[in-house]
Amino acid sequence: MSYIGKSIKRHDGVQKVTGRAEYVSDIKLNGMLHAKILTSPHAHAKIVNINTEKAKALPGVRTVLTGQEENTLVGIYMVDRSALASGKVRHWGEAVAAVAADTEEIAEQAVKLIEVEYEVLPIVFDVKEAIKPGAPQIHENAEEYDYIKGVFHPEPGRNIANRTKVRRGDVEAAFARADVVIERTYEQPQVFHLPLEPHGSIVQWGVDDNVKIYSSTQSPFAVRDLFAHGFGLPRNKVEVIAPYVGGGFGVKSGIHMEPLVGMLSKRCGGRPVKFIPTREEECTTLPARQGMVSRIKTGATKDGKIIAEEAEYLWVGGAYADYGVNISRAGAMTGCGPYDIENVKVDSVTVYTNHVFGTAYRGFGHPEVFHGIERQRDLLAKELGMCPVELRLKNLLMPGRKTITGELITENTGRVDKCLKLVSDKLKVGEGYTSQQLAEMKKTGKYRGKAATVLQKSPAMPTSSASSAIIHMNEDGTVHINVGGVDFGQGTYTVLQQIAAERLRIPIEKISVAPGVNTDMSPYDWQTVASRMTVLCGEAVCIACDDVTRQLLEMGAIALRASKHDLALEDEHVYVKQNPHQRVHYSKICMGYTYENGNAIGGPIIGRGKYIAQGLSFICPETGQGKTALDWTYGAHAVEVEVDTNTGDIEVLQMASCLDVGRVMNEAMLKGQVVGGVLQGLGTALSEVVRYDDKGRPLTRNLTDYKIPTFKDMPGNLDVSYVETPQLDGPYGARGVGEHPLISITAVIANALANATGVEMFDLPLSADKVRAALRQAK
Amino acid sequence: MKAINLTVNGEAHKVFCPENITLLTLLREYLHLTGAKVGCAAGECGACTVIYNGKPVNSCMVLAMEAEGAVVETIEGEAKDGKVSPLQQAFIDNHALQCGFCTPGMIMSARALLDENPKPSRDDIIHAMEGNLCRCTGYEPIITAIEQAAGGVR
Repeated sequence: MSYIGKSIKRHDGVQKVTGRAEYVSDIKLNGMLHAKILTSPHAHAKIVNINTEKAKALPGVRTVLTGQEENTLVGIYMVDRSALASGKVRHWGEAVAAVAADTEEIAEQAVKLIEVEYEVLPIVFDVKEAIKPGAPQIHENAEEYDYIKGVFHPEPGRNIANRTKVRRGDVEAAFARADVVIERTYEQPQVFHLPLEPHGSIVQWGVDDNVKIYSSTQSPFAVRDLFAHGFGLPRNKVEVIAPYVGGGFGVKSGIHMEPLVGMLSKRCGGRPVKFIPTREEECTTLPARQGMVSRIKTGATKDGKIIAEEAEYLWVGGAYADYGVNISRAGAMTGCGPYDIENVKVDSVTVYTNHVFGTAYRGFGHPEVFHGIERQRDLLAKELGMCPVELRLKNLLMPGRKTITGELITENTGRVDKCLKLVSDKLKVGEGYTSQQLAEMKKTGKYRGKAATVLQKSPAMPTSSASSAIIHMNEDGTVHINVGGVDFGQGTYTVLQQIAAERLRIPIEKISVAPGVNTDMSPYDWQTVASRMTVLCGEAVCIACDDVTRQLLEMGAIALRASKHDLALEDEHVYVKQNPHQRVHYSKICMGYTYENGNAIGGPIIGRGKYIAQGLSFICPETGQGKTALDWTYGAHAVEVEVDTNTGDIEVLQMASCLDVGRVMNEAMLKGQVVGGVLQGLGTALSEVVRYDDKGRPLTRNLTDYKIPTFKDMPGNLDVSYVETPQLDGPYGARGVGEHPLISITAVIANALANATGVEMFDLPLSADKVRAALRQAK
Repeated sequence: MKAINLTVNGEAHKVFCPENITLLTLLREYLHLTGAKVGCAAGECGACTVIYNGKPVNSCMVLAMEAEGAVVETIEGEAKDGKVSPLQQAFIDNHALQCGFCTPGMIMSARALLDENPKPSRDDIIHAMEGNLCRCTGYEPIITAIEQAAGGVR
């Protein structure tokens, strides 16, 4: 194969390095107005009164809107969030009123003239308190919200938006016969996704309810669907355009500011309205990753076989559950990691609090679950006096065994054991340091330690989430691929080009993927999330290519006066297998074939492909048993850190990461996902935390107070490798990998910290101040 | 409104604009050069980096009124005669971009570095680029791209 696996360069490189790639914030439309929002200064309060008269009187103001006047409920899984706060605010930074004006400056002035009277309510910030009977309720009418019945299980009156349960075997009996039982609690704060581009949107709600939306979104079709549903519009009246999108990591999935901006446009006679959130609004109005408090209890025999595990995952859902209910569900499905455990009890619960609300973030609940699970494995190994790598190898899921939700693992599912062995061998995890090295560490106060962790993830998506592709041939035999998924940096479109070049036997530079998505023109794709594009959209492109191939052969048969069975494709030609010099170039047949006398036959060749995951099922509400995984991508990380015991600083000296990707489709871009994802994970591990004061006011509202890794925070050396156990239903054997590098990073750092210093830390982040304090306390 | 005279990518401009706008707003809204991006509007992310009188600056932190007589280079001036520059090519070749939103700022910071120090060490690159944030790439391929551009012909 000539294109699969090659490090083909990005399809959109030139557009991006020249500054020509156009993002939502770069778009200007005739007659465009600018929107600004007034946000809540309280984490939980009743809205008593809003006075907008002064704002409306300001010259240049075209409309002022409050949630009391017009509103809609939105949400992808739990429809609990209104476009503007209505009746009460549930987090600091929630949009309360909005203005559309001739300029941004006028809109900003007008917002300051809006007067809101609040009655402050008690805040709920601790998930353990929030679920107790009698706790203040954040959503008084939770039972009225729309959600997918049978899939999500809210418990109204307890601030619980969803509980997902997994039950297998008999945990109580197993704990009773276990030689060792360890139980720990792990706390993880909210973190920000922080794509550099904010959530821009421009909406034009025109005459006769024709709506045009430009949005910085991973999910143009979900935006269309949810927008149309929220306002009772037919889907064909709503056009959503996702131009170049400046990163997302999950925070641009689902629907965000589009309904609010749409209502403003409608009130301004259909003039387009643009809203680009400020960085502070990105940090306080738009969502974060959920925080989590997990309690995990593990029982094992003295030879290191894990026989029981009980986990309670309390997710800090924040003010709205929207996407969060499905994250907690995904967390339950993966609740004990890639381990073979007979007796399992998992409760995964999305809890409403007065934090900024949570949403999907690269890894979709798995990084949070794996922090506790992979810490727990090292703690168990320590308790048993075993090598933590050996302990894992003894318990990992192998072909022939079943996951905690009853899915059978086969030879083609992937091999987590191979990934673990590879990385731990590379860094010699489990081997100690020489006495000379140890003496040196003692002298300098800089202690080194090593650890390894494993990871798994499958896409957490509706069983019916589908992808499709259309392939057009142009007059000269070049090709355009049109898909409904978004390439917001991950490189999907380049992989689709590779697949088409390979299958259609066309040089890759003659294949283009239409940039951006337009729901009026692009074929349907559910959402660009869950590491599902290479697999689902890739399969759709394979099938569309096969459709094109069939048509090329039909036309070739006419042109070459041959049976289709005697024909094949190569080098942009259809040729006769037994007489390869008898051939016809695609350009002669792809718009129809013209005979010597002028008669013509055929017509433009357009290929169509669609794909939907096979055999996924709903899960049993009581036991969580069912098939939810399209594919399981496994992996492992190993790390060596140096802990400065004087300052608490953790330096990552070297790392090795390995993933069973099924098939490497584009090695350079794959490595880009791993290197980028690992550094993002190191941010979560070492520095990132969304902070609030005791009144629930966020303290991290900019990039100075909220630190993401910079050039100076790169790990010393990062070795990236792959295992290739082919996925039978993945294109060329490939499976998803975009999110996975971020999973199990926090645990591998905490485990290495413990290996270096003997100090066990459970909560995140492992920032220098907290590490130093823990080291002092341990002395 | 006040008139400002400045040179952008070799072209002289006279721009009438309010006195309270930034150089970034002048470039994006008045000259329609949208390559420099608004990532934070507070000098924290580097996405709006341009070269201002030979030095890389966050254009969101420069007032337009300060730019009287200034010589400004933006990403739109980096490609010449319909061809990307070797630095831009090195970014493409080394997969030094993903979503692309930070890329114009990255390239302008790298351009300023290479103009001043044609053979930077790895540490020089890290030091010069530290103010440019990227959430996608993990930075490593950007360093490789700059090293390659420094090793090649400008």
